[in-house]
Formats: sequence, structure tokens, C-alpha cells
Amino acid sequence: MLLEVKNLKTQFFNDVGDIACTCVNETSFEIQKGKTVCIVGESGSGKSMTSLSIMGLVEEPGRVTGGEVLFEGKDLLKQNETSMRSIRGKDIAMIFQEPMTSLNPSYTVGYQIDEVLRLHKKELNKTQRKQKVIELFELVGMPLPADKYNEYPFKLSGGQRQRVMIAMAMACEPKLLIADEPTTALDVTIQAQVLELMNELQAKKGTSILFITHDLGVVAQMADEVIVMYKGNVVEQASVEDLFENPRHPYTKALLNSIPRPGKVKRKSRLDTVDENINYLDFPKEIR
Amino acid sequence: MINEENKILEFYKQFKKNKSALIGLYIVVVLISFAIFAPFLAPYDPLIQNLEDRLIAPFWAEGGSFTHILGTDDFGRDLLSRIIYGARISLMIGVISVSISLFFGLIMGASAGYFGGKTDIVIMRIVDIMLSIPAILLAIVIVSILGPDLFNAMIAIGIVGIPTFARIVRASVLAEKEKEYVIASRINGSSNFRLISKVILPNCTTPIIVQATMGFASAVLEAAGLSFLGLGAQPPTPEWGAMLADSLQFITTAYWMIVFPGIAIFLTVMGFNLVGDGLMDVLDPKMKDR
Repeated sequence: MLLEVKNLKTQFFNDVGDIACTCVNETSFEIQKGKTVCIVGESGSGKSMTSLSIMGLVEEPGRVTGGEVLFEGKDLLKQNETSMRSIRGKDIAMIFQEPMTSLNPSYTVGYQIDEVLRLHKKELNKTQRKQKVIELFELVGMPLPADKYNEYPFKLSGGQRQRVMIAMAMACEPKLLIADEPTTALDVTIQAQVLELMNELQAKKGTSILFITHDLGVVAQMADEVIVMYKGNVVEQASVEDLFENPRHPYTKALLNSIPRPGKVKRKSRLDTVDENINYLDFPKEIR
Repeated sequence: MINEENKILEFYKQFKKNKSALIGLYIVVVLISFAIFAPFLAPYDPLIQNLEDRLIAPFWAEGGSFTHILGTDDFGRDLLSRIIYGARISLMIGVISVSISLFFGLIMGASAGYFGGKTDIVIMRIVDIMLSIPAILLAIVIVSILGPDLFNAMIAIGIVGIPTFARIVRASVLAEKEKEYVIASRINGSSNFRLISKVILPNCTTPIIVQATMGFASAVLEAAGLSFLGLGAQPPTPEWGAMLADSLQFITTAYWMIVFPGIAIFLTVMGFNLVGDGLMDVLDPKMKDR
């Protein structure tokens, strides 16, 4: 077992110290080595807060108020800032949604990946690091890897930037990769390429992936295990086959029904939506 | 990859499009060469008095000659030489006081913007208090405490400039720190110090450079003001503001003593302000036409 999240609770507080919002409520799940777990849910359901809580990056006025995050048996919530810094980037890496703003415009992309190596792989010297960066560019399928070392981010396309982000995340061969909607800002063909790349890398390096998305099509392509979140709560957890063939929780059913299927939508009929008037938390959780 | 030389050339090309900025740049270049080559350019020693030649008019006026192109002052010192040497002092004032404001302004602004919360409140209230006192008054108070002396005047002007820098740095740090690359760098294991100095600040340089140039101009002006009041450079230092103060009693009889140092101050301040404006246009990536 690589990561075990037990009863994780993240809350935000207002100025006088009262709870303003419980963004993640008693969430528990596990990630096995080499497997992909997807978290799905609508906007504001607590997907991203869950990942930030695992990394210990919840900013004031928010706080993780309860639960455990066991990474290889160590509780990440009890680590101090220094030991968290050595885990971040080295054992757990993260990719973001917006490749336009996730690279520093002041430095070349090669330098930025080099920086990660400098922080976590102190045994490598300058030439070895450069060699390694170019290898990483090759690994993520970057065209002309040696030339790209000295490019600034503004010269790269969105897909290339996301490849740089993946290269940066893979630089120290992390055990866990958290991908927070990495393909949302990309167009469909590039999205398919990036997903394929992530699957390939997982097969090669045995990395576990925590994949956050609201796109059920991506879930079907990536996941081994799926967690459905709704208003900060896990409402259903199942293997990917189970979830798509036999969704049990009413919210999951509503979510799946809201995807229009070619040929199945009748002319002039309305598309199915998730009914806002139902509080889906009233139904029992379906965790398998 | 673009090499350094090409970058500078490209920069100059962009800069040249703005005519007034170019004029400012020429003024600044002339000023800097005055400062560097003062001993070669100045026809006389600025401190040597020659009481026989006192109050000689500039060469085009009655009684003037080419031996003293801009005339002499009440002690018979050559005015042109004093103005050329004055450029050294003005540049020194600008560099030292801007460095002081920049150093403390950077630290205060960056920590206020980055850490936020109570740190932000405490630092920004101090800045507000400093801003609520008129700059020249604050400088006078500081110089009165430290004692009237050119170096103390630079310190005073430096302190007066801190709040502007702190505010500008804080604003740009606030804007940058929310961007995802900062979180990405944190996730890669960067410490707070590294995040501020190597990740965030390099992206805040544009407003800081512009403010440093503009601050240079106001430092020169404030130093001249302090010297005029007798709180900065002391005689016989050839400082432009002090020269103005010396010439007050001759304003009706020897106009050149007040006009030329005044023009020197005016041109310097204008030059740096024009360059600052030009830099703002060139460095703003949104204004770039490519």
C-alpha cells in the first residue's frame, strides 16, 4: 500500500474562527503501487482540496483538522516543513491544470527541471544533470529535446508545456504522481497524447497516479479505481468497471446520465442534468 | 537561443522608438560621462578660489570671456568645472539612496506580500505612517538627528524612498505568488526563501527597475533641496543644490550663478524620468509588438 488516506478532514475558517466550509469531509481511500485512482466530481466538490491536503499545501484560512495521510506508513500530516520539503518533488510530484501559468516565465524550461534535480539529486554534477534533463525530454516525447533545453516557456505550445510539467514531475521518479486536471486546458488530440504518455510512463516506472478530473471519458481511459466526490464527501468508491457498469449511488447515476451519448439522445428532448434540488448526501455511501 | 548581445540590441531598438526616452537616455549618458571623466573635462579645479576673477559673466555676456565659459562665482571658482564635478555628487547621491530604499523596500515589500496576514499588516502600517509625513519634512527630521552632512542626507533620502519601493514590491509579489508555477516550485521542494528570491522576485523586476530610475530622479531633487537648506552637502563641495543656496544673494547681479546649477538639476531629473517612462513601455511585455 503506497498511500492510505483515513478520515481526512479539511476545513476553512472565517475571521472570527468559526468553520466557514468543510471542503473535505471524512474522506478515506487507498492507492496501491502502480495503480491509478481517479477522483471525479463537479466543481467545488473538494477534489483539488483533497490533493492539496495530501501534499500539506492547504493555505490559510484553511486547515487540515483531522484524519491521517499515511505515505508508506509515515503520517504526512505529522511531518514538519523541512521533511515535507524533501518528500515533495522527490516522492510525491504534482501536475497542474493550467500549463500556461505553471512554468516560471523568467527561466528556461531546462533550468526549471534542472532545479528539481539540484534540490533532490545532489549526487549528480552539472553535465550529468543536463544529460538527465534531455533524457527526460525524450521520455515525454518532446520534439528536438536537446534544443528545447534553452527555450523559455512562452515559446512552447500548450501540449509541449504540459510535457515539460510531466518531465519535471517525473524528474526524481516519484512514487506518487498527483495530476490535478492535467488535460482540461488542452484540446482533444493533445489530451489523448498526454493521457497516453502518462499511461506509458506508469507502465515503465511503476508510478502510482492520483488523477483528478471531472471528465468521465478520461476516467474510463485512465482509472483502476474511481472515487466519486460530492460536496466534500466520498459518495461512491468502486473499480472502474463496476462504476460504469453498475453505478449504485444516485449521484453517480445522475452524473453518468448527464453525459450525452451519440444516437441515444432523442430529437428535441432535454439532456439529463444532475438535479440540484436533491441532497445526494441523504443516500448511504456506496464503498466497495 | 538569443544570446546576450542580441537581447541588448533588441532592447535598444524597442527603446529607440520612443523619442523622448531617447533624449532622456542621451542626457543620462552625458551626465554619467561627466561624472566619470570630470578631471579631464573640467577646465579648472572646482575648489580653487581666485578672488581676482570673482563674479565673471559667461562668455556671451558683457565682461565675459572664453577663459571661464559659464563665468565664475563669488569666490572666483569656475562655474562649469563645479557643475561637471557636481554630476559626480548627484550620481553618487542617486545610487546610494536608491540602493538604500531598494534594499529595505525589497525586504519589507516581499515579506509583506509573501507572508501576508499579521506580517503584512504590521509592515504596511509602518509604510503608511512613513507615507503620511511629507518626504522632504521626514528627510529634514532624519538629517537633523544625524547631523547635516552629505552622507547623512543620502541616508535620509534613502529612508524616505523605502515606502514607495515596499508598496510596489508588495503589489507585484501579491500578483505573482498566486500563479501556479509558485505552487509547482513549492511542490518540487523549494523553501520560502528560495521561493521569494529565486522564483517570485525575478518576475517582479519590471516595476522595480522603473521605480528605481524614477526614484533616482527624485533622490537627486531631494538632495538638492536638502543641500539648499544647508542640511546636505557643506561648502565648498560643488553640489548643485548648495551652489543654488550660495548664489541667492547675487540673484540680481550674477544670474548665471543660479541659472546653470538650476538647469543642471532640471535636466538630470527630467532625463531620469524620461528614461523611466521609456523603460516602462519597453519592459512591459504586453506592449511588445511581436
